[in-house]
Amino acid sequence: MSTAPQPKQGTRPVAIVSFAQAPTQRRIEQANEVELLMPVIGEVYAQANMTKDDVDFVCSGSTDYLIGGPFSFVTALDAVGVWPPKRESHVEMDAAWALYESWVQLQEGDLDVALIYGFGKSSLGDLQRILALQLDPYTMAPLWPDQVSLAALQAQAMIDKGLATEEDFAGVASRSRRDAMNNPNAQVANDLDVATLLKEEYIASPLRRHCVPPLSDGAAAMILVAGDRAFDVVDRPAWITGIDHRIEAHAFGVRDLATSPSTTKAAHIAGVGEGDVDVAEIHAPFAHQEILLASALGLSSTTALNPSGGPLAANPLMAGGLIRFGEAANRIMDGTASRAVAHATSGPILQQNLVAVLEAAS
Amino acid sequence: MSDALEIQEPVTMLSTPIRLNYDFTAGVAQSRSLRGYAEGRFVGQRCPVCKKVYVPSRGSCPVDAVPTKEEVVLPNTATVTTFCVVNVPFAGQSIEIPYITASILLDGADITFMGLIQGIPADEVRMGLRVEAVWVPKEELGPTLASVKYFQPTGEPDREISTFREHL
Amino acid sequence: MAEPTEVYTSAHVLEYPYSRSVGPVIGAFLTGLREGKIVGIRGENGRVIVPPTEYDPETGAETSGFVDVGPGGVIETWAWVEHPRDDAPRSTPFAWALVRLDGADTALLHVVDAASKDEVTTGARVTAHFLDEGERQGRIQDLCCFQLEETS
Repeated sequence: MSTAPQPKQGTRPVAIVSFAQAPTQRRIEQANEVELLMPVIGEVYAQANMTKDDVDFVCSGSTDYLIGGPFSFVTALDAVGVWPPKRESHVEMDAAWALYESWVQLQEGDLDVALIYGFGKSSLGDLQRILALQLDPYTMAPLWPDQVSLAALQAQAMIDKGLATEEDFAGVASRSRRDAMNNPNAQVANDLDVATLLKEEYIASPLRRHCVPPLSDGAAAMILVAGDRAFDVVDRPAWITGIDHRIEAHAFGVRDLATSPSTTKAAHIAGVGEGDVDVAEIHAPFAHQEILLASALGLSSTTALNPSGGPLAANPLMAGGLIRFGEAANRIMDGTASRAVAHATSGPILQQNLVAVLEAAS
Repeated sequence: MSDALEIQEPVTMLSTPIRLNYDFTAGVAQSRSLRGYAEGRFVGQRCPVCKKVYVPSRGSCPVDAVPTKEEVVLPNTATVTTFCVVNVPFAGQSIEIPYITASILLDGADITFMGLIQGIPADEVRMGLRVEAVWVPKEELGPTLASVKYFQPTGEPDREISTFREHL
Repeated sequence: MAEPTEVYTSAHVLEYPYSRSVGPVIGAFLTGLREGKIVGIRGENGRVIVPPTEYDPETGAETSGFVDVGPGGVIETWAWVEHPRDDAPRSTPFAWALVRLDGADTALLHVVDAASKDEVTTGARVTAHFLDEGERQGRIQDLCCFQLEETS
């Protein structure tokens, strides 16, 4: 008889018991957000043999800026069925933070099951302009810097400090998109070698096209269960044994862009280094960031990084971080891993980082 | 060290206008309703579980969270469940105040939507008033609720509030 | 009822004419730009923060004491853009850079004008160039760009 591992944070063990995602595409033209979500929610329930009546708390992650309309996330509730009225919340962030809020809610003790979902269609607007609005409105946003240029500043800083080369970046991209060929939900999957990739033009030096994530439309959903009830849902729940979120300064000029102190701190508090890590799903939208974050997380070379293909293969905003948690959980649930790390990022150039350790019960 | 500011007043305000362009996608279900407007009729969908009819169609039942595929064409006649007399002018206003906006419950529908009432003095509009849609001329119809000019009284006897209380 | 395959889309513009009150700290920075200079503020342990903030980003301590910095500085990191976006600060190739101005302990994000990518390096010295006095309004664009000191 398995027992749930005690978490480092909080008092109640919480596990991921079901995860589902829509196949990510460049542009999902036929469906709006509700139509995109409905089959994903249906699948996440079906896998867990649950219905909306089993759910105590619903939390979603999305941003109205992608659709250009206020309270658009309220419309998405049509896909969930919040009647009789349910405890519900929303984060204007990646749904990985909806998972974090749900984890906190489940710690209170009076709720046992949470439904989490995230969605985003980057195809509707000009993503670079939208994301420029998260920058300092007085000194940075009026220059409209795009995410690729900003990420490039970070990549250059890594090169200047001897932490990585452009060849290393291409290596990450090559491996990720090759691994994505085994992932039916991935958007970009191909088998291109480093030499071929290095012939591409720079978009913003030192980042070439292969270093940059695709623009994606997508959605994902997940169910969390607290306590031993998780064993009633799946044989091998993915227990969250450590979870933490840290944030760095807003201004780029006060940060050391070549490192991620927030990730290192969150990883330490979550207990990443306290055991072997079989798999790490890292939310690194840009190729150089995987190298940076793997180092910040303190991972050894034996850890499999982003076997799903990662964000370089599919990057639906607002769902991409939750997908890292889901893919890592799937590896626990399907038995290919006993201990995994899931990471999600938010804000410009890795400003905020959420790190969790997922484990199978012994 | 210098914190001396010159003769001009210090800067206290910064103008930071933003403009974002989007391609809004109606999705499959809402497009059915929009196509309906272009054809001069109200199109909704029925939930297979609770059997309620939603108009405009949204693709899912918000109560049961199941796809609503069965299409239902609704008549032009409706009941005013509640209403509001608008007296406040606003920028871009094209209708003369006072005017009435009302919650319109089409015959056969289970939810209401907002509509403009014309053809009756503002102080005579009441809950339960029977109305019918007046559409724009055929050549002006398009995939937009603006294809409906307004709702006007039919002259039928009012519906009792008890018959539509659950839609308030 | 025929199944329509057409899904309607509609162009939609979201526009806000924001007018922001800047307060005395950002205000001092923007006032400085209007005067053709760059202003920082002292934080914890006297380190000079540019652009100035109301608090020290590392310790949360209140900042105080404006300091003129620059106009020269050093490129801390950069990114060359060969094909600028329509809304980029330049329509011809340029570099984004984090520049640490002389006298400052933190770097400022802005544009470096150079003829080619080969001219831009981390550690290169640059000088701030401002718009003509009549064109300056008290905003970050008053600082037109940084130019490499060898060619300025």
